[in-house]
Amino acid sequence: MLKENNYTGKLIVVEGIDGSGKSTQIDLIYKWLTEKGRSVYFSEWNSSPLVKNTTKTGKKGKVFTPTTFSLIQAADFADRWENQFLPMLKAGVIVLADRYAFTGFARDVARGVGRKWVRNLYSFAFLPDLVLYFDVPLDDAVERITSSRSKLKYYEAGMDLNLSDKRIASFRLFQGKILKEYQKMIGEFGFEVLDATRPVHKQQKDVRKLVNKVLKGWKGLPNPMVSARIYARCQANPVSTSRTEVKNGTH
Amino acid sequence: MAPTKFYGSGFPYKKIKNLPGKLIVVEGTDGVGRSTQIELLKKWLEKSGYAVSDTGLRRSPLTQPGIEEAKGGNTLFPLTNSLFYATDFADRLENQIIPALKAGFIVLSDRYFYSIIARDVLRGIDPSWARDIYGFALVPDIVLYLKADIDTLITRIVHGRGFNYWEAGMDILKLDNLYDSFREYQTRMIDQFSIMAKEFNFHTINANFSIKATNDQIMTHIQPILDEYNK
Repeated sequence: MLKENNYTGKLIVVEGIDGSGKSTQIDLIYKWLTEKGRSVYFSEWNSSPLVKNTTKTGKKGKVFTPTTFSLIQAADFADRWENQFLPMLKAGVIVLADRYAFTGFARDVARGVGRKWVRNLYSFAFLPDLVLYFDVPLDDAVERITSSRSKLKYYEAGMDLNLSDKRIASFRLFQGKILKEYQKMIGEFGFEVLDATRPVHKQQKDVRKLVNKVLKGWKGLPNPMVSARIYARCQANPVSTSRTEVKNGTH
Repeated sequence: MAPTKFYGSGFPYKKIKNLPGKLIVVEGTDGVGRSTQIELLKKWLEKSGYAVSDTGLRRSPLTQPGIEEAKGGNTLFPLTNSLFYATDFADRLENQIIPALKAGFIVLSDRYFYSIIARDVLRGIDPSWARDIYGFALVPDIVLYLKADIDTLITRIVHGRGFNYWEAGMDILKLDNLYDSFREYQTRMIDQFSIMAKEFNFHTINANFSIKATNDQIMTHIQPILDEYNK
């Protein structure tokens, strides 16, 4: 269903229900990889500037149906895909995504659209080089979200599904459905499952191991600071022209 | 009343029973005279006592401002454009067309998803990907495909609204003038429609002649639909 990534860049994504702690983890990866001298690009679900106003209009007027919601989120993803993911991967960048097509698969199916239909919708995208799935019991996730955030929003709580009149009860039922969809995808897409109930730094240790495995022996685009150093050394010492040789020396 | 049919799985979360209304689609390239014909048909239907609702691409209040805005910039690429149009289409189908059909209206649709697919494919979109998206689309009661030769289209455009950037496919053809570009682009569109004519069971109307001649053919083709409606 998803295409193979044949570009130089690496695609690493985090997935999990709300409150699974994935954003914290990906933020740590971002900082770590940048410091290591890699070119890293980060993209978040639902953040296309082109689609933003339409999503806002739909949410405000509560006019989304499961199909139009699914389509507009796919449009948002497609815009980021065409303007960012694709060129970045081609350039040799590590692309980090906080949520990916799998979020669409999980949420949209929970809302009632067909599994096959929504998988086709995103079939232009690549299967990531690494999918980190943060597995968390429903109760823990609901507790984290309801205690830390202000009132849950209409669509966030899945109020459009008429599961319950109460936002928190609706949120719990909705997240439960999403969790079920995620469980089904673990095998389907080869998710790496992480226990999201463990302390943040312990999870991060496992996460870095998995990322290192993907990046082993890989030479992508360095970041500007590192590339400036490489050029400086090449100028000073014209014999040593091999980029990798110099780059390894900077570590 | 024939049972409601979709091209794919429709809207699985929605129970849609038989729809008493009729969905009449008018398809065809730019400059072929769709809006003129729809206007005539609408007037005639209303005069004859039918309740008519009309719709057309990009008329959804949800997506219209967003699409306009996106088209004005230079960051809108084919996949995003395609999904934007699919959102517009789904929104109108669920919130406008299906409710109107439920209420027994004759719905006249100026273009349907066929035009969207044709334009997408010319911009490099995978034809089967595009078709699968519209698995939620209702199969119309009839698709009237207005077909005219490229020379007819050019005459009408010259004497009508004039050439424009999008209708000439300037975004993909990169030719140095609107005339050559329009000619090439619309020829490719006609090819796409020919592929779809069989696939989607279009009723082809020869639109090279007068407004009246085209209208006469349309009336003949829609008569069985109206007879069924009146049963």
